[in-house]
Amino acid sequence: MRFAVIVFPGSNCDLDMYHAVKDELGAEVEYVWHDETSLEGFDGVLLPGGFSYGDYLRTGAIARFSPIMKAVVEAAEAGKPVLGVCNGFQILLEAGLLPGAMRRNQNLKFICRPVTLVVENNETLFSNGYQNGEEITVPVAHGEGNYYCDEATLAQLKENNQIVFTYKDNINGSVDSIAGITNEAGNVLGMMPHPERAVDSLLGSADGLTLFKSILTHWRERHAITS
Amino acid sequence: MFKVKVYTTLKAGVLDPQGSAVTNSLHHLGYEGVEDVRIGKVMTLTINSTEDKIEGLVKEMCEKLLANPVIEDYRYEIEEVVAQ
Repeated sequence: MRFAVIVFPGSNCDLDMYHAVKDELGAEVEYVWHDETSLEGFDGVLLPGGFSYGDYLRTGAIARFSPIMKAVVEAAEAGKPVLGVCNGFQILLEAGLLPGAMRRNQNLKFICRPVTLVVENNETLFSNGYQNGEEITVPVAHGEGNYYCDEATLAQLKENNQIVFTYKDNINGSVDSIAGITNEAGNVLGMMPHPERAVDSLLGSADGLTLFKSILTHWRERHAITS
Repeated sequence: MFKVKVYTTLKAGVLDPQGSAVTNSLHHLGYEGVEDVRIGKVMTLTINSTEDKIEGLVKEMCEKLLANPVIEDYRYEIEEVVAQ
């Protein structure tokens, strides 16, 4: 399986994402600059964290119009796994690939520490390696992770089981403690916590590696490849 | 040539953490009468266009990029100016 890590001007978790996939997961991965227009030959797309375009105007608002985003939308529509972490999540929201928007954290602080997440849905291609209700430790690092959606959207998210991760303690004021959601089809996941920073116990937690393994497991089952 | 001011504000009902912090600060300064503060943005654009097209153009820019319709409302003022 071959992953693309999209690099925007201002991305700063691209190296961690690359390391997680290449060295810890053991899959193929390449950086793709935001100016590119094709994602041909890639089986999965990773949008890393950072401060793309300095977070000017709104987080993710400008990156969403990068040339590569057309190819990201096409990959999403083709059913390929698309994962956006932190700023990557914000870009997916601005691009309309996921519903809702981000507000400043309720306490106005940049929160940077490991947090406990609860796995709400393990029937996605991103979470099949977890147990429902399992508590995992993954770091967050954001100032705007206060997820917002209106009540009708929240009802839809619940009805379609699109809420994958919630915060055990709601650290930033998010609606229903939401930390990560998928699109309706289930192949696009956005999450504020950083699984790529939790891929080795030396880093404090290896709980995030399960997410990457889940993607690979799903892909192998689909392509009937045994390792 | 047109000078356009675009104002974006968080929709009513969307919590504004910055506004809440400023409200508290004003209360600490003794301005107890302040009931609410909402913080938004003002953008000043200079646009080359024509009278019949300018409004549609500004609306399009607001919908596409300048405002996020999920959480923000926008309004604008358009003023024709003589090019310098």
